[in-house]
Amino acid sequence: MVPRRVLIPILVAALLVAIALPAALPRGREIVLATTTSTEDSGLLDYLLPRFTADTGIHVRVIAVGTGQALELGRRGDADVVLTHAPAKELEFERAGHAAYRRAVMYNYFVLVGPTGDPANGTGPDVYHALRQIVRCLCPFISRGDDSGTHTKELQLWRAAGLVPEPSAWYREAGQGMGATLRIADQLRGYTLSDDGTYYTMADRLDLAVIVSHEPPLLNNYSVMPVNPSTHPDVRFAWADAFAQWLTDAAKGQAFIQSFVVGGRQVFEPNASP
Amino acid sequence: MVDELLGIAGLSLYVAASSTAIASLLGVPLGAVLALREEARGRRPTLTIAKAIVFTLYGMPPVLAGLLVYLLLSKEGPLGALALLFTPTGMILAQVLIITPIVTGVTYSAVASVGRDVKDAAKSLGAKGWTLTATVVEEARLGVLTAVMVGFGRAISEVGAVLIVGGNIRGSTRVLTTAIVLETSRGNFAVAVGLGAFLLVIAFGIFLVLWRLQERGYR
Amino acid sequence: MTVPLEVRGVRKAFGEKRVLDGVDLAVEPGEIFALVGPSGVGKTTLLRIIAGLEAADEGDVRIGGNGDGRTALGRDIGFVAQRPAVFRRSALENVAYGLRLQGVEDDRAERDAIAALDRMGLADARDAKAWTLSAGEAQRLCFARATVLQPRLLLLDEVTANLDPANVGLLERAVKAYHEETEATILIVTHNLFQARRVAARAGFLFGGRIVEAAEVGAFFSDPKDERTRAFVNGEMPY
Repeated sequence: MVPRRVLIPILVAALLVAIALPAALPRGREIVLATTTSTEDSGLLDYLLPRFTADTGIHVRVIAVGTGQALELGRRGDADVVLTHAPAKELEFERAGHAAYRRAVMYNYFVLVGPTGDPANGTGPDVYHALRQIVRCLCPFISRGDDSGTHTKELQLWRAAGLVPEPSAWYREAGQGMGATLRIADQLRGYTLSDDGTYYTMADRLDLAVIVSHEPPLLNNYSVMPVNPSTHPDVRFAWADAFAQWLTDAAKGQAFIQSFVVGGRQVFEPNASP
Repeated sequence: MVDELLGIAGLSLYVAASSTAIASLLGVPLGAVLALREEARGRRPTLTIAKAIVFTLYGMPPVLAGLLVYLLLSKEGPLGALALLFTPTGMILAQVLIITPIVTGVTYSAVASVGRDVKDAAKSLGAKGWTLTATVVEEARLGVLTAVMVGFGRAISEVGAVLIVGGNIRGSTRVLTTAIVLETSRGNFAVAVGLGAFLLVIAFGIFLVLWRLQERGYR
Repeated sequence: MTVPLEVRGVRKAFGEKRVLDGVDLAVEPGEIFALVGPSGVGKTTLLRIIAGLEAADEGDVRIGGNGDGRTALGRDIGFVAQRPAVFRRSALENVAYGLRLQGVEDDRAERDAIAALDRMGLADARDAKAWTLSAGEAQRLCFARATVLQPRLLLLDEVTANLDPANVGLLERAVKAYHEETEATILIVTHNLFQARRVAARAGFLFGGRIVEAAEVGAFFSDPKDERTRAFVNGEMPY
């Protein structure tokens, strides 16, 4: 029997090796992609990324968080490339010098959803009409309340409609992701703004219907931004660049985005400029 | 599917077991020394402060610990060069910060409960310094094992820190708890509950083993 | 070889309570000295101070006369407490503990431990877990554990206090046997006056924080000089 004095240091050493080893091993070609939960939840990345890896041999590690956090990851250089759908914030990011470049990838529409039966009578000429109707009846409206792309768009719409809602009995800030927010709206028989991907994925489990969609104000634009290597020398720019190029390549990423279908519906419309 | 599930479960075990092991290596001697110093020197400000810190850290929100470790390991942070962010190693680091106070505190209680007579006996037979500490820890080993079990329970159920530091990346840093969060946010409650049940089964298995060890100490 | 014990002016207070207030005690080398006194008077505290397990507020303990002072606990001072403080391991491992600490090789440590257990009538209990032993067996184990190291000063704190007559007898015989073998100086705290008479050569009465009287054991019990000693010896003092 090995004496304890010898055994313990050996076990400790083995433990430290077991912990450090995975991090120390040389990693293959990989990049960290920071994106939003709604993008990941749509299932698009599960469809696209294996094809990208098969094509280029580069592995993509996806961190799906809120828009704010995704951009913060890019700002810090903890992510090599960012894929988000918050144009105003993306421009800010670019102006601050964190992006190597910004390229449009795809778009879809936000949808204003509400309880079946539409108690506020929101259906009408446009989304602004719907919002005013909701305020008029003080029907519950659930906001993402989390500085996400969806939340930013929602606030824009309120502003354009000339309204400034504040947290109150009818206007609630969920502070969570789209799925959770939809479920709250479902439970409280309220209205909310959602990206259509998440909504359609959950539609059969929810008692919510689309009130307004497919209007210019509800456009949801996705862009890709590789992090700037001049300001963040540690990022793996070559591979991040390869990813952004592949994504916006008409024959590759763009074609796959076009063919990505959920429940018979095409979820995103590719719109990268050639 | 099953592959992925096993991978996630395996990673949960790996991270929780490693964190608990390191936290125990640090916390058990620390707790023991704290108890023995206090017994030898009575109430001293430094010891009281040390105890206060340990017990306060019991309440350290894991998500806060995760955020602090994230800031530490971020490229912009002091340890960014280590490239430990979004790796299991980083997750283990965060968990060690959370669990060590717990192991320390419970060990402290266990060692402090060892009768004075037993400590006197050891001293009277010539034990001092680390030998004395080791003897007292061995006397308190059932309580120390409890400390380790509590630590492990905390580790395997933890979600806030591993989520922030690990990133819940599919195939590399996704564990059972973060997978539950994900499935819940997607509304897949049945899957989430299933994952939770699986986690509890694994925890039960581990505790069964540790419990048998503890039992042997009583017979 | 054998050492004298000298205690001078020892004072110890716990908070407001003054337990020991100027204890002077001299034990001859190789003597068995019984320290008696009512419950709670400070006998255990004094013993622990002599053993080095507790620090005196004032005063001096000399072991070995010429300022040898605090010799290494374990090598020269043995201590057995009132309640058997066995370790959570086998009886054999308990007795071998001190030997291993001293660096004695495994074989010899085991042999010496087995011999010590045999001497205390614990040969059968060798591999038993110490916490399963009866009080008497456990106390005999503690005695074996302390004496296997052959300390030159042995301190016994009411070691037979809670035991049945058979075990009391066994332990008293063991004390005397150890004394004959090694000529160690033995300080035995007891509240059993008969035991003091049976075992010790001299006795001392601790009361009011001091040693009130010390004398050869026969004279101590038949003709105490101090009236407090007399009251105690005659059973008039409340325990």
